[in-house]
Amino acid sequence: MLTAAYAILFYAATLLLAGGLAYKVWQYAKTPAPLKIPTTPAPLSLPGVALRMGREVALFESLFRSNKWTWIFGWMFHFALLLVLLRHLRYFTEPPWTWVVLLQPFGLYASYAMLAGLLGLWLRRVAIERIRYITGPSDHLMLLLLCGIAVSGFAMRYVDRVDIVALKAFVLGLMYFDWQPLPADLMLLIHLGLVAALMAVFPFSKLLHAPGIFFSPTRNQADDAREKRHLAPWAARLESTGE
Amino acid sequence: MADYQIPELKEYTEPPRIAEGAMGHLSTYPAAPQHQEALGFPGELVEGWHDKAIEKFDELLGRSRSLRVYLDACVRCGACTDKCHYFLGTGDPKNMPVARQDLMRKVYRRHFTLAGKWLPWLVGAADLTEEVLDDWYNYFHQCSQCRRCSVYCPYGIDTAEISMAAREIMDHIGKGQKYCNEIIAKVHKIGNNLGLPEPALANTLEGLEEDIEEETGVQVRLPLDVEGAEVMLVAPSADFFAEPHVDGLIGYAKVFHQAGVSWTISSYASEAANFAMFIGSYEQMHEVAQRIRKAALDLGVRRIVVGECGHAWRVAYSFWNTLAGPFDFLDPAYPVPQHVCEFTYDLIQKGALKLDKSANDHMTLTFHDSCNVARASRMGDRPGGQFEIPRAIIKACCNNFVDMPDDTIRDATFCCGGGGGLLTDDLLELRVKGAQPRMQALKQVADEHGVTHMASICAICKSQFAKVMPDYGFDMDSVVSLHQLVSNAIVLGGQAEAAAGTEEETEETAAAGQAGP
Repeated sequence: MLTAAYAILFYAATLLLAGGLAYKVWQYAKTPAPLKIPTTPAPLSLPGVALRMGREVALFESLFRSNKWTWIFGWMFHFALLLVLLRHLRYFTEPPWTWVVLLQPFGLYASYAMLAGLLGLWLRRVAIERIRYITGPSDHLMLLLLCGIAVSGFAMRYVDRVDIVALKAFVLGLMYFDWQPLPADLMLLIHLGLVAALMAVFPFSKLLHAPGIFFSPTRNQADDAREKRHLAPWAARLESTGE
Repeated sequence: MADYQIPELKEYTEPPRIAEGAMGHLSTYPAAPQHQEALGFPGELVEGWHDKAIEKFDELLGRSRSLRVYLDACVRCGACTDKCHYFLGTGDPKNMPVARQDLMRKVYRRHFTLAGKWLPWLVGAADLTEEVLDDWYNYFHQCSQCRRCSVYCPYGIDTAEISMAAREIMDHIGKGQKYCNEIIAKVHKIGNNLGLPEPALANTLEGLEEDIEEETGVQVRLPLDVEGAEVMLVAPSADFFAEPHVDGLIGYAKVFHQAGVSWTISSYASEAANFAMFIGSYEQMHEVAQRIRKAALDLGVRRIVVGECGHAWRVAYSFWNTLAGPFDFLDPAYPVPQHVCEFTYDLIQKGALKLDKSANDHMTLTFHDSCNVARASRMGDRPGGQFEIPRAIIKACCNNFVDMPDDTIRDATFCCGGGGGLLTDDLLELRVKGAQPRMQALKQVADEHGVTHMASICAICKSQFAKVMPDYGFDMDSVVSLHQLVSNAIVLGGQAEAAAGTEEETEETAAAGQAGP
């Protein structure tokens, strides 16, 4: 019963995440950018744009210029989250890939950094007047969700250890449509429930900043307006009737 | 006289405490029915405006990727909150870029997202009520579309894109702004923002020729509608009469004269400005830009050079090729269009101009990077040329140059406070307060380095500074045109004479290039 509920929960969450994201990406991709609007100085060519985007995604370059505290907490959280996610890959492959095994201790440290980053970001939302003004209920809820995932993860390691062999069997069972019993452990159920919730809200929330950045015209356009004529399809139609 | 306080200039820029509603009273004059209708917009707020606004909103979401992505992507991290000069100058929280965007985003959420339809309270979604519409009108006309926020946003969210879309929606339901729409109608009808007809223009240019000859003894021409000229100059119309703009125009004329290139102004396209950008209307912007194309074709020129005007250079550099291209009928050996600074800089590089720097010795200069030039265009063939080329020209023309603090120049530059269609007296309070960050930076170099004058390459910046600088204790004529400095320094004379000065000049230019801060 519990196993079935969680299995269905994860299938549903995965579908929402994948389907929702695919829909948003398709929507962004098909919406034309009618004018060249890179924030300059901008790279003159595509490789330059890739480099700029790479720095933006990997290092949060613009945020670094903007505010060092937000950058420290934000970058720490995101990079740590990446390591933690990679660490969790061990539940998805048998045997785990070597690099995932090697990554395990780093993933563990990263989980502390992740929580620290989240708390720092949360503190800003409360302590700084300007940020408080722009913060809404959903912003707090998102932080609560992420902190909940982190804390329940810690609890399984330090307070109430989970049978991870059984857990792995459950996860692999999900992947190969051969359901295995899920350990009925409260912290695990909370942890997995929150993760499923995060997956499900991803395409409907501000988490869309993740695909969004790649489609941001101020960042992904090359500065070549004089050399190459840029024309959106709807604007081209306007042109043929306008002249 | 003013019923508001002029902000204090402090030693450091620190974000103000938030003062809710501080600028809520300031509403720019609405367009009269005739201003609206001249652009094909409804004359007044239409029946069923709400549904029509949402319909237009939907259309724009399908037309503009930036709008779509930027309304989704914001995480409210706060990176932009202390970056807008209007927030820094007024403390009104709705002048923080994210909060300004949220005025539109909350309606987007309500109508175009599941979360906003089902759980509006959770995600801050709201209906487009009359109150919200009034907020749109007030606060999207308190954004100068300078893009400073977009530099600092981790996703590059550009509030200018949002405010342009909001203005476009408002125009389509009959809630336009007088200043912009009246001006755009004048351009369609007469060819420039000021409504200067051809005879007045001819008269003005003739007067300037006489002035130059009187002062220098040299006949420098300012030709109008000359068919077959090599270069068509498209300058902001303020250059034809306002101070210090006109001194810049004289500077361009002298440069063309020395270059020995034939050039002309067009009375049909006697305006570089394209205020249609400010109202976010692609169609209007297209129509205005088409005038330039037509003028260039009719006159049979080979090159187009654009005068000192910030947003005009953005439209010209970034949009003309899209709106009025392809320019395959022009000389491919030169960039299309070319900024007058690029033109002058090339001549300086070649040693073709004789410049007497001492002519500007009575001034210590700094340079105000205009927002649209800095963050939405380029000069030269390298990124950042828009910062280097104007400075190189100033240094070639002046002995005394000092930059303002790093976080207030180049792509971090502060808007003058009057851009984006806000250069109107009914928004004077906003303009004065929004100038505070720039004035503070200027005061710092004035106090520490004895800076006396600030050069600019934007008609809006020049007009705005001339107007608001006295409020901050600077003379109104302490803002100068960049080509005014060239005009002062340039030594007029025959080609032979200019060529003789070549070697010495190249050395000087090179030295000036290295003397950066």
